[in-house]
Amino acid sequence: MPLPPSITHSLGRKLVRLLLTVQGLGAFALITLGVILTKFRVARHVVWPATFQEIARAGLNLLPMFLFISAALGLLVIGQSVSWLTRVGAINYLGTIMVLVVVRELGPLLTALLVLARIGTANVVELGTARALGEVEALEALAIDPVHYLVVPRVVGMAIGIFALTVYLILGALGSGYLWAYLQNVPLRPGEYFRQLTGALTGLDFALLALKTFAFGFIIAVVTCYHGLAQPLRLEEVSFATVRAGAQSVIACVLIDALFILIYLSV
Amino acid sequence: MRGVTVGAMRDLSSVVVEDIDWTVAPGEYWVIAGLQGSGKSDFLMMTAGLMPPANGDYRLFGEPMPIFEESRLAERLRLGLVFETGQLFHHLTVWENIALPLRYHQNLSKADAAAEVQPLLKRMDLEAWADSTLGALARSWQKRVGLARALILRPDVLLVDSPLVAMDLRHANWWMDFLDQLSKGHELVGGRTMTLVVTTADLRPWKGEKYRFAALRNKHFAVLGGWSQIETERGELVRELLMTGARGS
Repeated sequence: MPLPPSITHSLGRKLVRLLLTVQGLGAFALITLGVILTKFRVARHVVWPATFQEIARAGLNLLPMFLFISAALGLLVIGQSVSWLTRVGAINYLGTIMVLVVVRELGPLLTALLVLARIGTANVVELGTARALGEVEALEALAIDPVHYLVVPRVVGMAIGIFALTVYLILGALGSGYLWAYLQNVPLRPGEYFRQLTGALTGLDFALLALKTFAFGFIIAVVTCYHGLAQPLRLEEVSFATVRAGAQSVIACVLIDALFILIYLSV
Repeated sequence: MRGVTVGAMRDLSSVVVEDIDWTVAPGEYWVIAGLQGSGKSDFLMMTAGLMPPANGDYRLFGEPMPIFEESRLAERLRLGLVFETGQLFHHLTVWENIALPLRYHQNLSKADAAAEVQPLLKRMDLEAWADSTLGALARSWQKRVGLARALILRPDVLLVDSPLVAMDLRHANWWMDFLDQLSKGHELVGGRTMTLVVTTADLRPWKGEKYRFAALRNKHFAVLGGWSQIETERGELVRELLMTGARGS
């Protein structure tokens, strides 16, 4: 029995809107990459300080929060896994579980989502407001490339910030994980824990961790900057753009994560 | 401009003014008059190269507009634009707003740019607010920041959108006097005469033979000539723009 026209029309409209969004995001990402590569040395005295500022904003300024998150993450993983591992006599897999869960999956994804919430949403609001107030037209009138001046520092800053924060989170979680295991009287010496971690880690983990975190940073910055900047906006539309950007960034990060799982499984 | 049609900034398919034939010679001082909603700002945005003409041929210094290529950037920078609402960068201080185009295009540090920015700050009476963000400034002072920002690169042509809107008498007189000096040659721009194009909805402050006038009405652009022609013609639009209407002058 065919679906009523209203449902098919609605589905069709949503599909077309999705395809147009993907097309727009793809084009914006390519433009941004092109500007990063071709205008690397242009206006260094303006763009490089802005980039360092964004690295601090998306990285350094979030360190205190991530100290807490890393401690909590270590507790979460160890707290849940210790009792079960002890029951099945597999406590010597504690390090492996920390690598699988924290290093490969939770660490990068959690970092990306937290940075999205703190900095990504701010990107949309700042750029959307700038768009609505005509600041982008002002840049164009001054022959200043808005992508070079507004987007590139955010993309580079977020990519580097998420990478650095992920490493920080992982180290903190691995350390706090052992601390919580110690507090739970798990019979595991530090040397043994370290040996388990290094045994579970491969060279591929380091390479893919770097790639994944840079990809998260790039995609979150591109999506949030796209929604703030790429289309004419009125002030009252900025909040809708922020919600849209947040949802699309989460989906994109999960899809990237799934892609990396496939890479892990195929190797 | 030959046969140029202007679309709206927010919707290029919507025609604002059509079939413009207009030539501006170096050093001229044009006043483009039009009532609210006649498309003055859209016309000026197109003239500034922020959007292409919907139709026709528009050239600036012999170069087809708009200019987006890096290779023609030097020609592009000979044109300056002052927005009606300033459209300044709220995340920057007054000093940084003025210095940005210079620092970006000439890759200057803050220290190197100071020599160019300081005279502009002084002439605009903005020195006291150099390190302030824009929230600390009234709208009339913000507009001077916009003017300084447009002049920092010493353009040959300056477009000013409704410079006297919402100005008290003191600020309005300052603007008239300063634009007059620019058109004759100001030391801030190396003593060169500047070609000026300003838009207005009120012709009363612009009485004088030094100006050339054009009007926007019902999607048409009409060159009116000098002030003596305006005084002679006194058509309906001119009367409205002089705020005389049915009650006479």
